Amino acid sequence: MKQLPKLAMALGVGAAFTLGAVTSASAMSDKIKRGGILNLVVGSKIPSYDGHRETTFGMIHPIRPFYSLLIRVNPDNPQSTSDFSCDLCEFWRKSGDGKAYTFKIRENVQFHDGTPLTSADIVATMHKLFWPPKGIASSRKAFFGMVESVEASGKYEVVFKLKYATGGFIPALATPFNFVYSKKDLDERGYTWHMKNINGTGAYTFVQHQPGAFVEGKRYAKYHLMGADGKPKPYLDGYKAISAPKMALRLQAIRGDRAQIEFRAFPPKARDDLKKALGDKITVQESDWNCVMGFNSNQKLKKFQDVRIRQALTLGLDRWNGSKYLSKIAIVKTVGGTVFPNHELAATKAELVKLIGYGTDLKANQAKARKLLKAAGADGMKVELLNRAVDQPYKVVGTWMLGQWKKIGLKPNQIVLPTGPWYAKFRKKKDQEAMIDFNCQGVVNPLIDASKWLSNDVASNNYAGYIDRQLDKWYDQMNRTGDKAEARAIMRKYEKRIVNDKAHYAVSFWWYKINPYRSYVKGWKIAPSHYLNQSLDQLWLDK
Amino acid sequence: MLKYTIKRILLMVPTLFGAAVLVFFLLRLIPGDVCELRIGGEGGYVDEDAIKVCQHDLGTDRPMIVQFGHFIGGFMVFDLGESMWTGKAVTHELGLRFQLSLQVAIMATIVAVVIAIPLGTISAIRQDTWLDYAVRTFSIAGIAIPSFWLGIMIILGLLISTAAMFGEPWMPPIEYVSPFEDPVSNFVQLIWPAVATGYRYSAVATRMTRSALLEVLREDYVRTARAKGLFEKIIINRHALKNSMLPVVTVIGIEFAFLMGGLVVTEQVFNLNGIGRLFVESVQNHDYTMTQALVMLVAVIFVVTNFVVDIFYAWLDPRIRYG
Repeated sequence: MKQLPKLAMALGVGAAFTLGAVTSASAMSDKIKRGGILNLVVGSKIPSYDGHRETTFGMIHPIRPFYSLLIRVNPDNPQSTSDFSCDLCEFWRKSGDGKAYTFKIRENVQFHDGTPLTSADIVATMHKLFWPPKGIASSRKAFFGMVESVEASGKYEVVFKLKYATGGFIPALATPFNFVYSKKDLDERGYTWHMKNINGTGAYTFVQHQPGAFVEGKRYAKYHLMGADGKPKPYLDGYKAISAPKMALRLQAIRGDRAQIEFRAFPPKARDDLKKALGDKITVQESDWNCVMGFNSNQKLKKFQDVRIRQALTLGLDRWNGSKYLSKIAIVKTVGGTVFPNHELAATKAELVKLIGYGTDLKANQAKARKLLKAAGADGMKVELLNRAVDQPYKVVGTWMLGQWKKIGLKPNQIVLPTGPWYAKFRKKKDQEAMIDFNCQGVVNPLIDASKWLSNDVASNNYAGYIDRQLDKWYDQMNRTGDKAEARAIMRKYEKRIVNDKAHYAVSFWWYKINPYRSYVKGWKIAPSHYLNQSLDQLWLDK
Repeated sequence: MLKYTIKRILLMVPTLFGAAVLVFFLLRLIPGDVCELRIGGEGGYVDEDAIKVCQHDLGTDRPMIVQFGHFIGGFMVFDLGESMWTGKAVTHELGLRFQLSLQVAIMATIVAVVIAIPLGTISAIRQDTWLDYAVRTFSIAGIAIPSFWLGIMIILGLLISTAAMFGEPWMPPIEYVSPFEDPVSNFVQLIWPAVATGYRYSAVATRMTRSALLEVLREDYVRTARAKGLFEKIIINRHALKNSMLPVVTVIGIEFAFLMGGLVVTEQVFNLNGIGRLFVESVQNHDYTMTQALVMLVAVIFVVTNFVVDIFYAWLDPRIRYG
């Protein structure tokens, strides 16, 4: 039994979607087999093991299976943006005013070192996440600005009190980085112990980590969740997360059956090659991805302070046709606004086409862009696009943008830098002209995700350098309303101001997640983020 | 010989200090910050406090000269510090990778020597025959074909041919197993990169063997040996080949040192968790401590290898140590 917050529940009804084109038969119809080792390949590197501090899938994919969360995105329905299920809790209830959440914590859960889990562990973990002491990093503490207090109201009961009712709280709590740590570890070993050590309540226990090579986990016999066969999960004997930075190698590893799956994504060509080589031995799941790609122009530079120039740049992009072509070669597909496509808060197509740059009459768009540039005295203007030296999808989309801008008479060129210098350059927020910009999040939570477009002095990941107090005000209102219609109306105004009226940011496409894997891997369902559904407790091998 | 050896050892100190200064300051000229990458590199929300805490923990907020002093002080007592990316001891991170890179380097060297010396010799003694042309074509191809491309072709070839033969594609393991744990798996994994790199390496050594041997075969003492009726086999093996090995040994030494840290692309192709891959990742991550340690490690390997080659040289040619 569980209850969802009013807004999230309301949003969920309309937001649940079935974009994931699952080609495999449902795991439920198969007879589950136990045993076996899953080999997965990971294309990024592990920094520390501390989920509260780190932000990369390079840590989530190998380490997440060792930990549990208080609640999580439902692993059987990860495509839903509002279906959350208890992990370490049995159920939760929300107060009438939406400002208090009470969680009943599971009894008989043990950390891997044998320590029993109680509400004290949840409280200690949440305090570290929300209000870390000085000198301790918590990368997502800003997600929880709405939380006033977290207290244990019993050995197995925790109460979260909020400053205001918001639909953003529950999705934020389900963030896969919110590993639950033992209070004993935090008290006795310190707040940095988890950077180099692992002690969770997850489905697998830590065996070894060979730096740069692999992380190995084995089945935790005392795991708290039951399987569909009536016995405790997980179904696998263990897993090995093998580090493989080169995409071509990861692909060949699946082809050669050295690994069964990669949880991030492959481009369309790789999917097609694998299917061609192995046919039915490969299953493919696809989904829209909670990563939005676009560009911004640096408003600290005089030439981009004229809104007509910014509008012309977004008008020049032929999004609808671009989507058709680019989705064949890159991990982008869906045309959308600033909110994850098909979410209740997202613009419908009818709403989108009214925004500049989204109209379906390409010639009219281009003519208007030229007119705006001329009026601003900027026809034939040079534009320098700062981009990241990563093919998928940065260079592909950047190169496409250059072609589009040439068609409206601009003289664009692209500066491609390795990730470090690229990131350093736009973090300074003063050198770059236009830049490829992206917003990648885990749990689909537009009320939090949209913070990227707040004023430059509020959102540290706003790289366009503008101050727009109207946006800040609307964002605050949107987060504090408990009414879904009002939240949507404000979000529509918020988005229109960003991409249309002020053209602070131009969305090109939403990323598209393609996961081809060995067909004998069962029980995994694609989520709209590569951070989600990585506990591996529901996977099994039909071998 | 002792004086020569001591002189060579003393020369190592300024060389290594120069390398340390260069790597420390050049690294910091590259724009970017390890903490910004760790905490904000994936495009999500960026917590400024978390970045500041990270920078403080790693000491990158301290004055440059303090950081340099810390680095040099640590290096002098063989304390390479902790990786800025993983927070683990650099020696721990290096351990397994060094073992792997060393093994690949040794295997590639064996492949190269086994190919190069006989082929170079045959090519020289059968100069301008079809055999010579065949060997030269083979060795030129080795130089022309990048070893990473050859590696990709090997993997694809294995996948396609095994799928055709057995119905299921097969490729070498992608995770390292120590030769002491499972020698067969270890060999099956590493022989392919050893062949891919050893072929290019052998091409250089083959050509060097050929040209050096040709030069020696034209020497007066070889003509004298022939004039006094020595068997050709004895002339080649005992008189010519040993004397022609000086430049070949140099090439093999330099190539060996290069293989220890320079197999960047080949390691990526075969997913070898070696020094070369770690190098690339460390630079990408702005992991200063790890990159510094790796550069110094490779510098030490080069300096020591050169030292060994010089000593070997002196043993092969007594004129060097007296010169």
